[in-house]
Amino acid sequence: MTPDLDQTPLLSVEALNKSFGRHVACHDISFDLWPGEVLGIVGESGSGKSTLLNAIAGRLPVDSGKILYRAASNSIVDLASASDAQRRHLMRTEWGFVQQHARDGLRMGFSAGANIGERLMALGDKHYGKLRDTALDWLRAVEIAPERIDDLPRTFSGGMQQRLQIARNLVTRPRIVLMDEPTGGLDVSVQARLLDLIRRLVQEHHVACIVVTHDLGVARLLAHRLMVMRHGQVVEAGLTDQLLDDPQHAYTQLLVSSVLSV
Amino acid sequence: MTEMIKVENLDKTFTLHLRGGIALPVLRNTGFGVNAGECVTLHGPSGAGKSTLLRSIYGNYRPQAGRILIRHENTPVDIVAAEPRVVLEIRRRTLGYVTQFLRVIPRVPTLDIVAEPLLARGAGEQAGRAKAAELLARLQIAEKMWSLPPATFSGGEQQRINIARGFCADYPILLLDEPTASLDETNRKIVINLIDDARQRGTAIVAIVHDADTRAAITTRLLPLESQGVAA
Amino acid sequence: MNQAYETSATLAGYNFAFLDEQTKRMLRRAILKAVAIPGYQVPFGSREMPLPYGWGTGGMQVTAAVIGAKDVLKVIDQGADDTTNAVSIRHFFVRMTNVATTEKTREATLIQTRHRVPETPLSEGQILVYQVPIPEPLRWLEPRETETRKMHALSEYGVMHVKLYEDIAQHGHISTAYDYPVLVNGRYLMRCSPIPKFDTPKLHMNAALQLFGAGREKRIYAVPPYTEVKPLDFEDHPFEVERWPEDCALCGAQDSFLDEVILDDRGGRMFVCSDTDYCGERRAAGHTGRMSAPYKEEAAE
Repeated sequence: MTPDLDQTPLLSVEALNKSFGRHVACHDISFDLWPGEVLGIVGESGSGKSTLLNAIAGRLPVDSGKILYRAASNSIVDLASASDAQRRHLMRTEWGFVQQHARDGLRMGFSAGANIGERLMALGDKHYGKLRDTALDWLRAVEIAPERIDDLPRTFSGGMQQRLQIARNLVTRPRIVLMDEPTGGLDVSVQARLLDLIRRLVQEHHVACIVVTHDLGVARLLAHRLMVMRHGQVVEAGLTDQLLDDPQHAYTQLLVSSVLSV
Repeated sequence: MTEMIKVENLDKTFTLHLRGGIALPVLRNTGFGVNAGECVTLHGPSGAGKSTLLRSIYGNYRPQAGRILIRHENTPVDIVAAEPRVVLEIRRRTLGYVTQFLRVIPRVPTLDIVAEPLLARGAGEQAGRAKAAELLARLQIAEKMWSLPPATFSGGEQQRINIARGFCADYPILLLDEPTASLDETNRKIVINLIDDARQRGTAIVAIVHDADTRAAITTRLLPLESQGVAA
Repeated sequence: MNQAYETSATLAGYNFAFLDEQTKRMLRRAILKAVAIPGYQVPFGSREMPLPYGWGTGGMQVTAAVIGAKDVLKVIDQGADDTTNAVSIRHFFVRMTNVATTEKTREATLIQTRHRVPETPLSEGQILVYQVPIPEPLRWLEPRETETRKMHALSEYGVMHVKLYEDIAQHGHISTAYDYPVLVNGRYLMRCSPIPKFDTPKLHMNAALQLFGAGREKRIYAVPPYTEVKPLDFEDHPFEVERWPEDCALCGAQDSFLDEVILDDRGGRMFVCSDTDYCGERRAAGHTGRMSAPYKEEAAE
């Protein structure tokens, strides 16, 4: 129908299930993610959105279902059943993960430069000077003063730590970045700057994102498409503005009406 | 005549789950078409569904029944049934939407906000900026403001920036929701000229305009809407 | 092995080399596995030794497992044969095995060491046993044992370069001075025990069998004879060993690891070989340093 659009999704999640004992965290979840697309997953705490993100990232084993990823090599890999070696390799090359708390996503005891260079070194980059140049470029790209390259992340503000985490992930030019409440716990003004940066980088690098957030404002600004989760199920999914401006499901209407203005 | 928009048997009802599931029918069996070079103005009392219809055409509201065929890259595509990424692609290439309210993106300078739709269609940075500058100048936004984010600008300035943004990409179809509300006489005339220029170029336009003079100035065909339906 | 010799001259009531035969067999199996997979850390059931952890119990268990009555044992601590730890361990094995001991690297068939590799090149048939406090090279980067094992299994060693990167960023050069990380046989990342990086190149293609024992951490690993041992580094910051501003003050050696000795409280100092046997051997051969008296046989005793 539209010939210039990709014909195969980058990621297809098929009938994913995950329970903790008798508690169903993700029930029968299916969706596609297309190259360059930003998918927001919204819902309140306990809705299963973070579990879903962690399952997709391979941080949690799933009970059933497929996570089909079209790798850069163009082969389809089912991450739900891939070997540790293959999954971990993809996670630190073609995928990124931005944690809500920078301390979980950064090496706090190592300098900003080392944090940015880690993925490259893991890929066998062993030229100190080049690693350093790359780190400087990325610091500039995420609006951190280059002279902070040898400083420890703990001397950074919360917003800077998040930006460093983003640089650390994007340095290998991943095709998919997962973000778990990337602006959670930041001041509003800091949030705005971070959101703007994420928006710009995602566009520039044409990276597909799955962003988990409970903040509909963040979802509105970042996501092309939303999935609303409740009790481990997707209750409604669609184009971001459709979902927020014309919510159909009772729960989505409740979510939207609970926000002051989005 | 190229038919750019074809609305068929459109039903749209809002169900308010938070208010006991009350159903508000707004559009019933609505149908009409818009050709290239036409400016169709929706007309009717408040609550007749003018904005709902406009938003449905943009793919912002989801009707329960019916089709809205948008001529996108020479092929009619039903925006009601299209998957999200197709809707976004249609908006990127074919469909522009101008309201009186600018959705401000934090920290992005005015010039970039205006140029963005054109850049998204693949225009070069320079060409995009030049076109944006031309429109901002035409809409009498002082040059010193171009490099500032518009968050702190006045309502009228923000509205004109939003109009510039809407006209920047030369979309084949333009949806206008009160584009001249709260503009002064001079700027209102500038916007009317912009609309007229676009129509002369062959743009298909659907508009909602309350001000009778403006309506008279831009409209080629009036589409009366009544509460809960349409006489087509 | 060596059944005929055992128990005869050792301390009554103890088995040869202190450990019972089943335990030694278990240790030997671990050692064989370690030799078969160079650099891989083999878990073993570490036993209580009559010394606290941290005093070389891992090395002692390895020594106990491989020592035979015909062995000639040398024990060094920081290169010296006459320091407390070396003397105690040597005395322990003499009482438990009655083997001959030596301070001469060339004469020894089995050398247990803490923190040094002898300067005199080792030869085929010799065994060098290292006392290892912490065997896991990734420990300070990744605290979870399950994760470090997985990293070894998948050769995910990039993170080790992060530490070296940090050294250069903070100090201008790789400042890791001991326990330098190496890749063994192109496969396993290994910690050399806290030997100075000066000694690291000696592990490479060494003719002797090198065994590493960590008692508290319950791990044994090995570098078989003639195995490639490559220190990690950067293309533009290659691995380098330490240098000293002077030669050995006693024997004039330019190629050995030197200890700094403070002579007075006015800044006077001298550098001497850390390997006492090597230094003595050189002096016996007539080499002199700037502060040495002419060599003479030690007459005392």
